[in-house]
Amino acid sequence: MPWDLNNDRPIYLQLMERIQHDIISGVYQPGDKLPSVRDLAVEAAVNPNTMQKALSELERCGLVHSQRTSGRFITDDTEKLRRMKSELASEHIFSFLDQMRNLGFSDTETLEMIQQTLDKKEGTNNETDS
Amino acid sequence: MKPILECSRLTKKYGDFFALSDLSLTLERGQIIGLLGPNGSGKTTLIKLANGLLTPTDGHILINGMTPCPKTKQIVSYLPDCSFINEHMRVQDILSYYTDFFSNFSTERASAMLDALEIDRRSRLSSLSKGTKEKVQLALVMSRDADLYILDEPIGGVDPAARDFILKTILTNYREDAAVLISTHLIADIENVLDRVLFLRNGQLALNATVDDIRTEYGKSVDALFREVFKC
Repeated sequence: MPWDLNNDRPIYLQLMERIQHDIISGVYQPGDKLPSVRDLAVEAAVNPNTMQKALSELERCGLVHSQRTSGRFITDDTEKLRRMKSELASEHIFSFLDQMRNLGFSDTETLEMIQQTLDKKEGTNNETDS
Repeated sequence: MKPILECSRLTKKYGDFFALSDLSLTLERGQIIGLLGPNGSGKTTLIKLANGLLTPTDGHILINGMTPCPKTKQIVSYLPDCSFINEHMRVQDILSYYTDFFSNFSTERASAMLDALEIDRRSRLSSLSKGTKEKVQLALVMSRDADLYILDEPIGGVDPAARDFILKTILTNYREDAAVLISTHLIADIENVLDRVLFLRNGQLALNATVDDIRTEYGKSVDALFREVFKC
């Protein structure tokens, strides 16, 4: 299944984000070996050189490191991964808040609506449980 | 290492018509290059010149530093834009034909691809659908261990699922020091597998850039840029 890539942004950036997301969300565990460039490129249905570039950039950010001859590995710096995870979470929250403001809701209203939604969801969950 | 393909002031005239005029470009190894342009922009002419099927009116074209000749045909694997195999042949006969013809042809690789595409070796080419014929021919061309693959419209007639398979075939089969030149109109389908694109217009090079440079600079896909540049 080719990776879902959009049309207007550089491909290597999207590959970086996708792999970064897979690392942060635990698809790849800290210290895991990454598949080879060629295998990743075939899986994503993208050019191997573009995949290579994405991995080199991730290396530059310290998220993966390459061991000569044996391939590329995910960082085992769990503190770094935790930090990136919360950074990504706050990015999502900010973009959500932006959208809500665009719809004309104040932050307090948004917060109330989130609470209501959660309460409702909890209610239905309890019903299905019983 | 010499560039795999080099044109310098390459010109081809058909009567008074300039199919290519004063075209200079260099293709390096290790890249997948898209050859794009509207109908009649010179794509197939360039490909035929690279394969020695036409001779230049002026300027020159070099493959690995040599003018097209039997030696360059040994390292170039070419998929023409029309059927090039005797339609009465059976798939299995075409396989042995290729084995005889090209020392760098891998029968195992071709067999594996034909099996993956579920093509019956006993069928005659004439009994196969247009798309299946194209698949057979592409499988043959990609099963050669070449330095340069030139594919003229390889995905035009096949369904989207087979298209994915073909792109995967191209990605898995070319060596890292080989180059692949693909001419097509289906830009959106192949954009992600390309390193670089060449836009031809009226026999001249309108653009030569990497896909990601285009996206960075114009903020749009190669497909969208093409539609804009060649708007009718």
